[in-house]
Amino acid sequence: MYPADLKYTNDHEWLRSQNDGHAEVGITDYAQQQLGDVVFVELPEVGRAVAQGEAFGTIESVKAVSELFAPVAGEVTAVNTELQQHPEQMNANPHAAWIIKLRIANAAETDTLLSSERYTEMVGEKG
Amino acid sequence: MNQSAPPLKQTSLHARHVAHGARMVPFGGWEMPVEYTGIAAEHLLVRTRAGLFDVSHMGELELAGRDALAAIQYLTSNDASRLSLGQIQYSALTTPEGTFVDDVLVYRLADEHFLLVVNAANIEKDFAWIRRHTADRGDVVLVNTSNRYALLALQGPAASDILQPLTGIELASLKYYWYAHGEVAGVRGFISRTGYTGEEGFEIFVPPAAAERVWNALLEAGTEFDLRPCGLGARDTLRLEAAMRLYGQDIDETTTVLEADLGWVIGWSKDDFLGADRLRAQKTEGVPRKLVGFEIEERGIARHGYDVYLNGVKAGVVTSGTQTPFLKKAIGLAYLPAGDAVVDRVFEVDVRGRRVAARVVPLPFYKRPRSER
Repeated sequence: MYPADLKYTNDHEWLRSQNDGHAEVGITDYAQQQLGDVVFVELPEVGRAVAQGEAFGTIESVKAVSELFAPVAGEVTAVNTELQQHPEQMNANPHAAWIIKLRIANAAETDTLLSSERYTEMVGEKG
Repeated sequence: MNQSAPPLKQTSLHARHVAHGARMVPFGGWEMPVEYTGIAAEHLLVRTRAGLFDVSHMGELELAGRDALAAIQYLTSNDASRLSLGQIQYSALTTPEGTFVDDVLVYRLADEHFLLVVNAANIEKDFAWIRRHTADRGDVVLVNTSNRYALLALQGPAASDILQPLTGIELASLKYYWYAHGEVAGVRGFISRTGYTGEEGFEIFVPPAAAERVWNALLEAGTEFDLRPCGLGARDTLRLEAAMRLYGQDIDETTTVLEADLGWVIGWSKDDFLGADRLRAQKTEGVPRKLVGFEIEERGIARHGYDVYLNGVKAGVVTSGTQTPFLKKAIGLAYLPAGDAVVDRVFEVDVRGRRVAARVVPLPFYKRPRSER
């Protein structure tokens, strides 16, 4: 369910580290289930620096507005503008639909994130 | 220990919703299904095929007696004397200021017997209000009959085809805003051609003890039409596309019937009623503000409570707003100064700190295609 190569936050984002010090960020399957049909995403500017836990954008479903938080500190190097046309990708394939790419500022911060086992336990308790 | 809120009420179909996998949420003191498969899918299903809603949380108040008509005429804005037996009208339960205690449907059950369908969160308030204002108005008995009815809404272009095999009532001859007594799936009740979706459809009143039987029979009869249960989330986006007002958001005790642009539910020619003086004055002098429909012209979604700006000055508030699944636009309702409440007027909505352009458009946003029958 929750891929082992991803790291997770308590706020239901995921982080996929790449070998070059960059990482993709998206929302988890649990998050998309809770939100329901995603209809809108507000993306940050490329080049913006974000702190760990800082809100970098918003995501809206038919009924609710939710903030997106950076799993780790870094600089936004890319935003997935395709999601603006097709936000439903975050429902259909949440762990593939990346929202932003970050250049990770401090690799040690990724160790503070949850493994797929821990995250599965956490959302399981809420289930 | 934390202070706990009063326990949520459950409709007689609660177990069915849980079994169907609905997401249950608190609404107006009730635990209700907000969605089953997803708001957008349910919304589209009602626009294209049919959806089944449990709206048993809605309240029913009945007034009977020799002076029942006079009481209804005094309490509500519309002209109930024009109601034939079997007919229904949308109306406002008004304060002396011409604002809404509630918005209601008035059913004429008999010459001297009326049923009001009221909002779930307002049942006790409406009951107390009506009792107080009918205490010295002659022979009128008021009864809260909310727990005698389960209310199912079957909505969508296929509604007739699904319901007709289950009832002896001839649906083709049942006109919009009329009802008829009969049986549905062997259960005594009545069917009205009404709804809160802007779509063709019916609302079915049956005893709560038999609601599950009717619910199951409808779902079974609807299988070939893709009928599925739908939640209050889709009901809200559907009613907004149809520009039907929501009590507590678009209308309340601070908004007059005219400000809500519902002048068509005021019986101007009838005798005195609560709020008549204020409404007549507003009709003559004009309203200070008016509810309008708008579309967002940039990227962004307006939501209930967002501020509205005209030429950089705060000028009103969004009362309802969403991204609609069928029209695929960000739409909403807002109060604007009356002079600016005109089609094509451009204004701005403060979407969490960002000013987004919006344009006033004619209502309703969605109007169902005329039936070919």
